[in-house]
Amino acid sequence: MALILEVQDLVKQYPGAAEPAVNGVSFGIRRGEVFSLLGPNGAGKTTTIGMLSCLLKPTGGDAIVDGHSVRTDPEAVKRLIGIVPQDIALYPSLSARENLRFWGWMYGLGGKDLARRIDAILETVGLTDRGNDRVDSYSGGMKRRINIAAGLLHEPKLVFLDEPTVGIDPQSRRNILEMVKALNAQGMTVLYTTHYMEEAQELSQRIGIIDNGKLIALGTLDELTRLVGRQDEIELKIASEHAGPELAEALGKVKGVRSARSEDHTVRLVADDANASLPEVIGVANARGIKVIGIDVREPNLEAVFLHLTGRALRD
Amino acid sequence: MKALQIAFKDLTVLFRDRTALLLMLGAPLILTVGLALISGRMSGSSGPAFQNLPVVIVNLDQGVVGGQLADAFSSDELDDLLNPQTAEDAAAARALVNDDKVVAAVIIPAGFTDAVTGAKESGAADRIEIYANPNREISSQIVTAVVESFVQQVELARVSGQVAVEQLLAAGLINPQEAAAVGMRVAERSVSAQNSGAAIRLVSAEKSTEPEQDFDMMGYFAPSMAILFLMYTVALGGRNLLAEKETGTLGRLVSAPISETAILGGKLLGIFLVATAQMSILILANALLFGVKFGDPLGVAVLILALAAAASGWGILVAAIARTPGQVSTIGMALMLTFGVLGGSFIPINNMPAWFNLVSKITPNAWGIEGFIALGYGDTLPQLAGTVAGLFGMAAVLFIVSVTLLRRKNLMQG
Ligand SMILES: Nc1ncnc2c1ncn2[C@@H]1O[C@H](COP(=O)(O)OP(=O)(O)OP(=O)(O)O)[C@@H](O)[C@H]1O
Ligand SMILES: [Mg+2]
Repeated sequence: MALILEVQDLVKQYPGAAEPAVNGVSFGIRRGEVFSLLGPNGAGKTTTIGMLSCLLKPTGGDAIVDGHSVRTDPEAVKRLIGIVPQDIALYPSLSARENLRFWGWMYGLGGKDLARRIDAILETVGLTDRGNDRVDSYSGGMKRRINIAAGLLHEPKLVFLDEPTVGIDPQSRRNILEMVKALNAQGMTVLYTTHYMEEAQELSQRIGIIDNGKLIALGTLDELTRLVGRQDEIELKIASEHAGPELAEALGKVKGVRSARSEDHTVRLVADDANASLPEVIGVANARGIKVIGIDVREPNLEAVFLHLTGRALRD
Repeated sequence: MKALQIAFKDLTVLFRDRTALLLMLGAPLILTVGLALISGRMSGSSGPAFQNLPVVIVNLDQGVVGGQLADAFSSDELDDLLNPQTAEDAAAARALVNDDKVVAAVIIPAGFTDAVTGAKESGAADRIEIYANPNREISSQIVTAVVESFVQQVELARVSGQVAVEQLLAAGLINPQEAAAVGMRVAERSVSAQNSGAAIRLVSAEKSTEPEQDFDMMGYFAPSMAILFLMYTVALGGRNLLAEKETGTLGRLVSAPISETAILGGKLLGIFLVATAQMSILILANALLFGVKFGDPLGVAVLILALAAAASGWGILVAAIARTPGQVSTIGMALMLTFGVLGGSFIPINNMPAWFNLVSKITPNAWGIEGFIALGYGDTLPQLAGTVAGLFGMAAVLFIVSVTLLRRKNLMQG
């Protein structure tokens, strides 16, 4: 079985809500991959994870984890998965070790084996020396790391990480991203939700874009960006403010340039291929005696994909 | 197993909460001492020890029963406790009481045997009169208890109600509070079959080393305040049940491989364990720090368990009814105060009307305080059977109702 998780037309209608929070989502996760679910606030990421982790009963559809249905065989599913909730779910007055020991117990671990795993996971999240401190004395980033550790103790085959980097410092974020990569390298399959496109781009083999409860696109980064059409963005900074409109007009005629517009000291171009068009672009500017003081080339990213698909920006 | 681990976790979490600890343990201890001091009854050891209490017996009965009772007063068992003397007539005996020479006069009326055995119709005149010395409250209660236990021993519960407590009440010679306490004990012993001599032993050495007034107030306030704040603790437990949902830890539990029954069971067990721990610590602290004598350790232990169970039932019910943790706290606080008043945690309810006493039975407080006082007076576990059964019955009903409500509430569903 190549797929460790198969999501089939999942629907979740919260009582009293006008629209379903998740509205017919289907996708599959391959064994050993990192799959990101990218979407803005309220897209339905947490609701989807909730159904996959047997916390919410689906209104419709099903999900199969390693051959077990979340509807008919939740007990088996629960043993296979690890979950890292979006909101920190720890006991603040207990130490990190006590929290981890408790969650280990809940997964049927105990004794020396559990103690060893706790030591190892504290090492992994870089909190060995703070392990005996109460969790409420931790920084947000440290809490997040223990929150993740608690979901990994029992070494699940498939782990759900629900926005694990929200609201933390860059250093903790880096630590978490590296950890996800390391775990994946050890063979753990990861379903990662986020609304940061850079994270999805950096971590995942494949990405699903979710909006308003629907999966609007799914594929590798390349596949997704191709949706937008291969268009690059070139940004020229020029010394003279007044030359902008004139230059933009001239550059619009360059081969491969789709559009050009100017704004103060900047001229923005959309081109089929930035590399191919750049020499001529510079040439045109030089011919007119307009000094270019900076060039920025941007290839299409998920932000652009989202914008392309929804007409809205993917924002914090 | 996982249920036990959840309960243990809850116990740990609660005992890490300083504010909760202050209210669970600090407040009741401080209030116990404070109230006892305000009542002015704690430090003054003006009362005599319970030894050789002078008592006067007048036996006007010609029959065998009256003679037995008179003899009982000079039995070996009561040798240390009582110092009986006899008088020829009631007037002389009452005079001794009025002169503060004795703690009470026990007047066995003529024809008592006939009345008791049913040889003749019994009337008001056939009641044993205990003419108590109002300055020696507890001591005269002891004498009353001796008479009652005798009456029990001859298995004439019918007569026990006739002990002329009412007369003394009317004469203002004993206060209403005591009368009710006496009545309560009589009623209890009527229920219990094993009473031979047990009631007499109630006034044995353990009480006698204590100045009587120490027992009086501390013995009442210590369990009263403990039970009052027991209600706080169970409400806190109920609150935590809902709070775990809000903080997401309940969700995490549900997505772990544990049955929902085990999760709920663990949470409920946690509340019960915390309640038991709190009561035990408070009773122990009162005993060790202030020398309060609670009586039969086994009886105390079982009573604590029964109380913890009944109170937990209330805590869980509040959690089942309320929608948010905040609501649990609010309702819990209201319940704590209402039960405190209804159940006699603030003011003894013995002299309240019958309907009030009936209503008070919905509170763990009423049962618990009654149980502790009975134990303090020397009752043991068997005599406490009714109280313990009442509390466990209350617990069972509350558990069933609240678990049903909680399940309907879909607490475990995201
Ligand atoms: N318990 C609930 N009851 C009713 N509606 C809910 C509930 N939980 C979520 N919703 C609604 O369902 C929709 C999807 O929410 P969800 O939490 O799944 O989004 P999300 O993608 O995880 O968002 P975020 O990035 O903010 O975490 C939202 O409109 C939200 O308001
Ligand atoms: Mg979410």
